[in-house]
Amino acid sequence: MARGKRGTPEVNASSMADIAFLLLIFFLVTTTIASDKGLTLRLPPKRPPDAMDEVKLKDRNVFNVLVNSNNQLLVEEELMDIKRLKEEAKKFIMNNGRDERSSESPDKAVISLKHDRGTKYEVYISVMDELKKAYNELRAEYMGVTVAEYLEMENDEKKSKDPKLEEAKQKIPYQLSEAEPTNVGGN
Amino acid sequence: MSKFAKKSKSTPAISTASLPDIVFMLLFFFMVTTVLRETTLLIENKVPRATQLQKLEKKSLVSFIYVGKPKETNRYGTEPRIQVNDALIAPRDIPRFVYQEKDKLDEAERDKLTVSLKVDVETKMGIVSDIKQQLREADALKINYSAVQALAKDN
Repeated sequence: MARGKRGTPEVNASSMADIAFLLLIFFLVTTTIASDKGLTLRLPPKRPPDAMDEVKLKDRNVFNVLVNSNNQLLVEEELMDIKRLKEEAKKFIMNNGRDERSSESPDKAVISLKHDRGTKYEVYISVMDELKKAYNELRAEYMGVTVAEYLEMENDEKKSKDPKLEEAKQKIPYQLSEAEPTNVGGN
Repeated sequence: MSKFAKKSKSTPAISTASLPDIVFMLLFFFMVTTVLRETTLLIENKVPRATQLQKLEKKSLVSFIYVGKPKETNRYGTEPRIQVNDALIAPRDIPRFVYQEKDKLDEAERDKLTVSLKVDVETKMGIVSDIKQQLREADALKINYSAVQALAKDN
């Protein structure tokens, strides 16, 4: 009895690590890393039933992109591989009236995208991505920055108010018109 | 010499007292950077890859619509279906879902609602067009096709 110590014994903390690991693994399993990114788009407002959507556009100012149910691309009446789409779109937008079949100026250029109900979603997204890339590259070029820098500016809440960016957006507006899809390969 | 002879040859045990601190640091890191899975997916959902992505700014203003092939094909069939908040719905129910989501927001922010479409890569565009049409009906015009960053191929 005489040898027994009266002071409180030290708490064994060696299992603390195990407990923390257990918690860590629990959170690793139940959570997903936030990945809220994507291609943003603004839909046209609902059409009143009596209104007619007769907006006259000059044929030369419209860049027609069609995707059929076999996921093939028809750009300006020409079968095209998706790899070439971006370059063709850029050429069309920045034509500035040189070629009489291409657009008059960037702010008049309109991209018309039409797809089928049977088009694969993956293909549709890659077409949208290529078109967006064409515009982003042109805007970046206009501003004198790289595409990566442009994207960073656009995603940053503060930098997106930059007057240079606003100007580029105004000079080269992204005008996409989506037509009602055809129904060849649909369900 | 006796002063030096006393030194023991065995290596001292490495102190593990800071191990819990390290692990807790990791734990907090993961707790901060991740979000809890809010819905159980009844459908297959593998979003496509794209390069020109834009971030969704405010999480509270975003509603998700999932589209894909059902996992339980014997119960729900093999055709792609729409899922919102743990339930599979028909396209005509989308306006009601949008109004519900808008009700949750402040009055000033109602028109800022963004609908994030998480659509499986194997889906056909038909159902996506139907959804877009219904979203127009419900006046939810800001949409976002959810995608993950693809590696840049060639510029």
